[in-house]
Amino acid sequence: MAQTSLPGTGLLKGLAVTVKHLFKRPATLMYPYERNELAPRTRGVIALMDENCTVCMLCARECPDWCIYIDSHKETVPPAKEGGRARTRNVLDRFAIDFSLCMYCGICVEVCPFDALWWSPEFEYSEYTMDALLHEKDKLREWADTVPPPPALDEGAEAPAEVTEAIAKAEKELEAAAQKEADKAAAAEAATTEAKAGGSGPKKADEPKVAAGEIDQETYDALIAEGKSERIARSKAKAAYVKKEKARLKAEADAGGGDAEAAPTPKAADIKVEAGQIDQETYDALIAEGKTERMARAKAKAAWVKKEKARLAAEAESAAGAGAPAGEEAEPPSPTDAAGSDQAPSTDAPAEEPAATRKLGDVHVEGTGEIDQETYDALIAEGKSERIARAKAKAAWVKKAKQAKLDEEGGA
Amino acid sequence: MSDLETTERVLPSNAPGEDVAFEILGDGDFPTAEMSLSIGPAHPATHGVFRIVLDLDGERVRGARPVIGYMHRGFEKLAEYRDYRQIAALTNRHDWLSGFCNELGVAIAVESMLELEVPDRAQWIRMLMAEWNRILNHLMFIGSYALELGAITPMFYAFREREDIQHLMESATGGRLHFTYNQPGGVKIDLPKGFLKRSAEISKVTRERFDDYVDLVLGNEIFQGRTVGVGPLPQDVALSLGITGPTLHATGIAEDSRVTEPYLKYGDIDVEVPLGENGDAFDRFYVLLHRIRASLDIIDQIHDHMPAGPVNSKLPKMVKAPEGAIYVRTENPLGQLGYWLESDGGRTPWRFKMRTPSFSNVQAIPYLMQGALLPDAISILGSVFFVVGDIDR
Amino acid sequence: MTVLTSTTALAQAPSILDVGDGVVLPILLKVALVLGLFFVVPLVGGYLEHKVMGRMQNRRGPVEAGPFGSLQLVADGIKFIQKEDIIPRAADKPMFALAPGLALVPALLVFLVIPLGPGVFAVDLELGLFYALAITSISVLGILLGGWASANKFSLIGGLRAGAQLIAYELPLIITAITVAVMAGTLSLVGIVEAQANFTLPGLEGFNLWFVFPQIVGFAIFFVAAMAELSRPPFDMPIGDSELVFGYMTEYTGIKFAMFLLTEYAGMITMSALMVVLFLGGWQILPGVATPGCEGAAGIMSCDPIGIAISVLVTLAKIMGLVFLMVWARVAYPRLREDQLQRISWLVLVPLSLANLAFVTILTVVL
Repeated sequence: MAQTSLPGTGLLKGLAVTVKHLFKRPATLMYPYERNELAPRTRGVIALMDENCTVCMLCARECPDWCIYIDSHKETVPPAKEGGRARTRNVLDRFAIDFSLCMYCGICVEVCPFDALWWSPEFEYSEYTMDALLHEKDKLREWADTVPPPPALDEGAEAPAEVTEAIAKAEKELEAAAQKEADKAAAAEAATTEAKAGGSGPKKADEPKVAAGEIDQETYDALIAEGKSERIARSKAKAAYVKKEKARLKAEADAGGGDAEAAPTPKAADIKVEAGQIDQETYDALIAEGKTERMARAKAKAAWVKKEKARLAAEAESAAGAGAPAGEEAEPPSPTDAAGSDQAPSTDAPAEEPAATRKLGDVHVEGTGEIDQETYDALIAEGKSERIARAKAKAAWVKKAKQAKLDEEGGA
Repeated sequence: MSDLETTERVLPSNAPGEDVAFEILGDGDFPTAEMSLSIGPAHPATHGVFRIVLDLDGERVRGARPVIGYMHRGFEKLAEYRDYRQIAALTNRHDWLSGFCNELGVAIAVESMLELEVPDRAQWIRMLMAEWNRILNHLMFIGSYALELGAITPMFYAFREREDIQHLMESATGGRLHFTYNQPGGVKIDLPKGFLKRSAEISKVTRERFDDYVDLVLGNEIFQGRTVGVGPLPQDVALSLGITGPTLHATGIAEDSRVTEPYLKYGDIDVEVPLGENGDAFDRFYVLLHRIRASLDIIDQIHDHMPAGPVNSKLPKMVKAPEGAIYVRTENPLGQLGYWLESDGGRTPWRFKMRTPSFSNVQAIPYLMQGALLPDAISILGSVFFVVGDIDR
Repeated sequence: MTVLTSTTALAQAPSILDVGDGVVLPILLKVALVLGLFFVVPLVGGYLEHKVMGRMQNRRGPVEAGPFGSLQLVADGIKFIQKEDIIPRAADKPMFALAPGLALVPALLVFLVIPLGPGVFAVDLELGLFYALAITSISVLGILLGGWASANKFSLIGGLRAGAQLIAYELPLIITAITVAVMAGTLSLVGIVEAQANFTLPGLEGFNLWFVFPQIVGFAIFFVAAMAELSRPPFDMPIGDSELVFGYMTEYTGIKFAMFLLTEYAGMITMSALMVVLFLGGWQILPGVATPGCEGAAGIMSCDPIGIAISVLVTLAKIMGLVFLMVWARVAYPRLREDQLQRISWLVLVPLSLANLAFVTILTVVL
């Protein structure tokens, strides 16, 4: 077999191979000084976005090592309407993961129905004692800021379920809206157009998302003054806030010409809002403190978002009477609707400001599954699967239709 | 006390090439004592907690008894209390160097019981990953076997390659060692953009570096002196002990379930099974090294074949295998892996029996070590490729 | 031995450290030289090994301790001192404690006779070569003792292998050294260097030859035998980390373990230095090239300070070159088996070195 012919040649070859490497660049990565670019899917640490958690306990139950500890209590929420039934909801008190037990299988992240758990490539959290590896909610939330957007999929891949579902859902909504519109007739036309705009349309992923939890104080006060329940007031105020934020962000994005690339899942869109923007001050301070670059960046991002929000809140307060009370049929946003987009309510929102700021997303078009034949053919020719091509072509059609409508209105 | 009451002719240490026979003279005047030497449970050559008790006469091994079980974790019983998703994460860990191939076996077993159709793309991706995992595993053993023979350098080269491959697999699966990428009906998520391109690049680089291993280890006269004729394993013994994988191929038997009973899409491509002749340590290493090349060939073929489409099929919320039983065998890097899955229709298996290649392979150790010298015993130990977790489960 | 008595012993060269008329100062200086050599040069050799091995294995070697990791071995030494000194309960305690010292001290003593440059040595013994070879063999006693006293089977096997290896390799080593002595006509190491500076072949007058050229076979034998005697890979069966778990060193920890390691590195240096002296022309830069600032004996003796400094540097460079070769072999090769090693020694090296001796003796007589 591999016996060498001349005795000694094998020995010389060994010397040759080793001396060849003497003059090669070492493969060593000087770890604390240089870092490997870790893949976005890397299972480094489990991050928690506790605002998404509904204490469904699925993760804790599915965990093979039982390393997730969850405590919660029930809170009674007053009835939504007069004479309605009081509801209860779970409030998360404690969410802890014992990383000394965790086997990094990722089942919890997989089963989480509300996208509260994420993998982050962050891995530098070693400790001197085992009990120090038990990390609580706050720490887990910090890691959530380090979660990178998921990578784009390979050419031959099918669009992920989230995207196709979102498209399908958007279409369904469109159809439903069309139906509704027909029923309500011309009188309600203007209102519906505006109201539906926020959540409909396949461009959803492109829509800027804003963090939930913030409320529009004015709206809230106005609603409370009107005698609405606290809950309704809060939810509507939230919606109002989100609407405002979105309008602002969009305007910003358009002004900057920044056409953020479409991300495959809502998660990415969530991050995208913040992408690139970091608070330099915070970043420098953290780096100086010796934090890792990734952590510093993540926190600086968070700081930036926070500052932005503060600024916007201030702005909103100074602008008088912006948020008007909304219609009666408004429902509190349910987490499932938002599907991981920080509960950003995509449904009904208070009436909007002037038409001058109208964008594509504000326009409503009726569609019954038409597709843009041109786009479809092009995609098929590119070798995409029939399913993808159809979905994209549909999206293209909706976009075109909207543009047409917008142009029309502008002309009128 | 010695059992060498009379003049005893000891066979040449390890057959071919050694024409000097040793004569041990013993008539009771100069008795020698046998020494029992316990190699392990913590010994560098056992790479894990594995123990062999050697009865030594000087440096010659009179008998060898492997003692296993130091790492018994009760996998089979654990699996009875885990649902199928959790079992995938569990089986990742018995042979920790072939995580992907292990979970593949579980996935195939569950799919067969459910009569689930796996999308083409998922099958090709699985094959790609399984072959990369095979290379990862073999590189590890190439490094460690050379290390056991005292050559330190191949280990570093092998780990350099392993790092690239692990990085590649991490970009798709998120794991470096425990991939947990399979699920019944396909794989969890499609490959990220640029994966196939990177995979082709690494395949090319690894192929280029392959010659280094041949020159540094396989062609080295000292290495040949240490391995040729050491621990020859006859075919009938190998078969009767249930030995599989590279250790069996080294004896010249081409039993590889990728070829003889193709699963996934192995039937659609050419799978080369490198074979040895004498079944000695050199042949085992030769086969192992050339299996890397064979796997690279397979990977290149997969790159050409990779279809577009979905990678998983719709599953119920809780996967429940229907009542019945199935035996699935796959070609793991170290040999044949068999899973016997018996279900009573519940969410967990009723019985989950593993037939792991390492367990069968170490059965050959007493036979092979008989009469060998102590350094050869280490050489044999390293060449019967095993992972301790895979022996004990 | 008849060969030796027939040659005229050269006058012993004086050391440059013999300053003044006193006794104390030269002794202090010599002790300082030997200790300096003993503690610094092996560390440099060790650093070279770390770095070369690292680069050959596609990594960087030490980088953190000191500039470019140069103080890594010093840091290791400090670490070893801090570590707990464990003595196994079953061990033969006095012997166990004695063994590392017994291995280390001879390695230290060899430095007494090694000439680094003209006059740069502690003492030029008339029987320098004999002394050096005799002393280096004592180290093995320490190893054997350590293997026995550890009360560990791995250590015992390691110690016995070391003993067997010594017997097998001392012979070719000594025969080859005798061959050199025959050519040089002296056993004094300084004398051998001088002899090489004056050695020419007929027809090549004015151009001296180092003994490595007529005796390339002898040099190869000496190199292999030296590596085997030092238990350097690929002859590290007594240590055999993957078989014997460091052999005779298995039970040693802390400072005692460090002493064994230092013995190994010091051994590398002394053996390399011996090879430089015996075969590579000592401190001569190249054959036929006179060192600047030197006058006597083909331009390598009676030097001014600059010449001495250059000479010492040349010797050290040659030593490091040989250390590099040893490291290279360690990186490239797997370990041999004990019986293969014995076979190589008795069936190849011993006959070869005897033939070499006969050949050289005849050559010397004829010339």
